[in-house]
Amino acid sequence: MKSIRAGKNVSLFAVLFASIAVPSMHAQDWFHLETSGGATRIRIAVANFKPQAGDPAAYKHTFDTTLFADLTAAGLFDIVSKDMIPQSTPGTQAEISLAQWSAAPASAAMVAFGNVGVANDRLVVNGFLDDAKNAQYPQVFAKQYNEAASDDSARQIAHRFADEIIARLGGGVSGIAETKIYYSKRTGTGKEIWEMDYDGANQHEITHLGAISISPRVSPDNSRVAFSSLGKDGFQIKMYSLLLGRLVNFTSAGGTNVSPAWAPSGQQLAFSSSRTGDPEIWISDPEGRVAHKITSFIGPDVSPTWNPKTGGQIAWISGRTHLPQLYIMDADGSGVQRLTDGGYATSPSWSPNGQFLTFAWDRKYGPGAPGGQDIYVMEIASKKWIQLTHDIGPCDFPSWSPDGRHIVFANGNGAHTRIMSMLADGTQKQALTGAGSDMPNWSWK
Amino acid sequence: MISSQSNIWKATLLGATFALLTITGCHHDHASAIPANAGAPDNSGGPAPTASLTADPPSIDLGQSVVLNWRTTNATSVTIDGIGQLPINGTQTVSPSNSTNFHLIAKGDGGVTEANVRVTVRVPVVPSMGADNNTDGDMGSEAAFHQNVQDLFYDYDSFDLRPDAQSSVMHAASYLNAHPAIKVLIGGYCDDRGSAEYNITLGENRANAAKTALVSAGVSANRLRVVSYGKEKQFCTEENESCWQQNRRAQFTLDK
Repeated sequence: MKSIRAGKNVSLFAVLFASIAVPSMHAQDWFHLETSGGATRIRIAVANFKPQAGDPAAYKHTFDTTLFADLTAAGLFDIVSKDMIPQSTPGTQAEISLAQWSAAPASAAMVAFGNVGVANDRLVVNGFLDDAKNAQYPQVFAKQYNEAASDDSARQIAHRFADEIIARLGGGVSGIAETKIYYSKRTGTGKEIWEMDYDGANQHEITHLGAISISPRVSPDNSRVAFSSLGKDGFQIKMYSLLLGRLVNFTSAGGTNVSPAWAPSGQQLAFSSSRTGDPEIWISDPEGRVAHKITSFIGPDVSPTWNPKTGGQIAWISGRTHLPQLYIMDADGSGVQRLTDGGYATSPSWSPNGQFLTFAWDRKYGPGAPGGQDIYVMEIASKKWIQLTHDIGPCDFPSWSPDGRHIVFANGNGAHTRIMSMLADGTQKQALTGAGSDMPNWSWK
Repeated sequence: MISSQSNIWKATLLGATFALLTITGCHHDHASAIPANAGAPDNSGGPAPTASLTADPPSIDLGQSVVLNWRTTNATSVTIDGIGQLPINGTQTVSPSNSTNFHLIAKGDGGVTEANVRVTVRVPVVPSMGADNNTDGDMGSEAAFHQNVQDLFYDYDSFDLRPDAQSSVMHAASYLNAHPAIKVLIGGYCDDRGSAEYNITLGENRANAAKTALVSAGVSANRLRVVSYGKEKQFCTEENESCWQQNRRAQFTLDK
């Protein structure tokens, strides 16, 4: 296993597939985020949208800041600072003078612009994306949005417009501006399952059980959240329907049942169960039926995650050799392979392209040891890894975004734990919540 | 498996306290049972009293009687807790409704000494329908339970029973075997370090190790219920080894 640290200022957004390098070469040769092939970041200018009918000022502010933040967070673009863009606010295709935008200092390759208006309590947004270098046919696309006016709808429209832009310029990988993050939040003496937008906005409670509920995992179709809740019989898996707004059936069969994980098909759930004594990995259908055990080794087995690309493999954490280590196996329990060579490894999440695992690792674990628990990414084929967090306190529960470009994780101790996100190369870290939030899980779409 | 110096000391202390408890079977101040104490007032003259207390038979079924028999020397007054002032030598028939520690105190010019005997009362297993009016008699007191069935502590990241836990388990098992109506909830706990999901399974293994030890010592498995709390219900929250150790435990409570 080679320890390789990613350089900070390297252009990482290059190649879709990792080219496996000779070990002596640089980390950047194998660890790339998936975007369009080989190009440097696209330079894009985002105009302030032009106010139209009604008084859209408040909504326009929300829209403008959300759109700018989404395109910045995407990690795909070289965004023109708002200080450098032309003073004009073109609202339509006819009003834009592209030469102003393509010339220095903006030097934009692409321009996003449009207008925002309010009529009859409806928020109407027209958005355009232009190729600034194509004088003859500049328009890449135009889109109209029309929704009941609210601050939230202004934010959601900005997310959808951002995702349209990313879908066109992001090498075929959809944006994540409309995705959600589920997490566990302290509420008095208990913990409830909460949901927020990917950027930390719109935080709200989902469950109201008055219990300790942890480890939320949303289904691939966004219809249900599986989690684990502490009751009289210990931790049991619960299933909450986001469509019905209530708990739905999940059969328990004794023992402690924790850390559910959805198969990409949405037809199966893997989880840890001690119903036969020792905690092992089990697989059942989404109602908890037809459960069968796929590990058989004394010691804790927990925190499964499916290969979302194939659905044929599961990574998980096992304490069979004492301290917890990261393993993978086929979904029938065969082909067990250990990936970490020591330390204390927990909480794996499998990348959408199937090539990487992100997990929490304390490589020098033990009393008096100087180790810290940080987020790592390992390429499964080569077992090469890079460390993504440094010196920000204990980090745990990383979860990939569906575009494979971002990782959300928990940072901090005990009640101080908060949720942060970063690009999958460790840059652009930002806090999404305040203290008391833990165990984030990024939706599949 | 690693444990700090202070921890070893603590464990030793715990073990020593426990050994003493096992020998005397006494609820009261342990220090007073140490013979050196009895010899303390030597300067007042007179030899220290001696005392012995036996029960025949030492264990009975509920409703049967036991004869307590005591002999003392150099004593001027003798009392047994719950019975009162007694002759300096004598016998007394008792019929305790649950297992009882009889505690004799002999006072003399030379000091004070104590003697103890435990009478075990076998309570028939009651059908669950009768549980309501029998709980008082069968379950023993909450205090007696915690006195006799003590939490087990674990090493860092381990679910192996430590040597110092073995005597605790044996004592707990004999108490539970003497009180067959008691059902026990075994809670598995972990310290604040490490990862929450992993700690729940580690706590499960800890509680299961305690259950297995009790079952091996003759306690019926269907009286024991295991729940792992991981690190979700912390006993204390300080970031030091003393607190971490208190959290790394299997905790026994009456499962009502």
